[in-house]
Amino acid sequence: MSTAAHADTGHHLEHHQDHTGAKIGMWLFLFTELLMFGSLFLVYSDYRMQFPADFHYSASTLDPLVGTINTLILLTSSLTMALAIAALDRNRHRVAVRLMGVTIVLGGIFLINKYFEWSAKFAHDLYPGSETLSLMAEGERQFFNLYYAMTGLHGLHVLAGMIIIAVMLWLVARKPRQKYMLLDVKPARVALQDDSERNLLVLPAGEDLHEVHVTLVYEKHEELSRRHLIHLENTGLFWHLVDLIWIFLFPLFYLIT
Amino acid sequence: MEKQATLPYGKYVMVWFGLLALTALTVTAASLHFGKWSVLAAIIIATVKSSLVVLYFMNMKYEEKIFKIMLAVAILTLMVIMVLTFADILFR
Repeated sequence: MSTAAHADTGHHLEHHQDHTGAKIGMWLFLFTELLMFGSLFLVYSDYRMQFPADFHYSASTLDPLVGTINTLILLTSSLTMALAIAALDRNRHRVAVRLMGVTIVLGGIFLINKYFEWSAKFAHDLYPGSETLSLMAEGERQFFNLYYAMTGLHGLHVLAGMIIIAVMLWLVARKPRQKYMLLDVKPARVALQDDSERNLLVLPAGEDLHEVHVTLVYEKHEELSRRHLIHLENTGLFWHLVDLIWIFLFPLFYLIT
Repeated sequence: MEKQATLPYGKYVMVWFGLLALTALTVTAASLHFGKWSVLAAIIIATVKSSLVVLYFMNMKYEEKIFKIMLAVAILTLMVIMVLTFADILFR
């Protein structure tokens, strides 16, 4: 009795630690991201203190409406991501898949807005190294350099997040294997194939083999999907970090006029 | 079955409403032209917003102590770097 209880606790603890370890790893990565963006914010603050008037003037050329809309889009995508994780936690993988799809679409809309925003600036010959920009005041040059560097790096993170969520969507939506075929039950070889004709098991049996027992354990779709919960949680952490960075980028670039 | 680690759906929606309200607040505050204070207001609102995201969306409020210690060390490191740099810029 006590042995059984102990074994059960041990198993539980082991699983628990694995989950915690995976999350700690993700958070450590997020801290490196935090320091990277943090140092960019530091550069921003330094130049802004040196050239307050240029920064205010340059920021007034950005459309706060586009910035606000993109803020709302990213905040909403963070909500759908959190809800996707909550849904998978409740074994509702179909709901989770839909919410992940919505998250990817919202990330896409954010990037499309960014594309139009950057295009408009490019059309006015305003980009790092452009002739117009090189003739501007030092502070204005630094503002636009930082604007492109910081929103560009952030945009790459949005893109990376969308790709990771897409992979997770595929993993969660993927159906478990349904059909298995036992092939070649002869003394020389035993093979087990799944419905995509992939070999699951090949035994190079010898002459003395007479009997093979195969136990197939079927997993329900939700049980299989739930295995990805920790990966989806870590994906969510990354996506929320991208949202966090934007929360600071938005007022510092769009709202300082 | 494992214990659910996530919050009820409604709670995430509430946090989202809070974030939307704070976004409206920061846009309004910026249009009021507080001068010097508008930067401070924007930073404070952004900090409150990110706290909501970290505590609820990123589940930090319900994590084990080790996560909170790690986050505190990371934020403290960033603050030290920032304060020392600002001190250097302002009192050079």
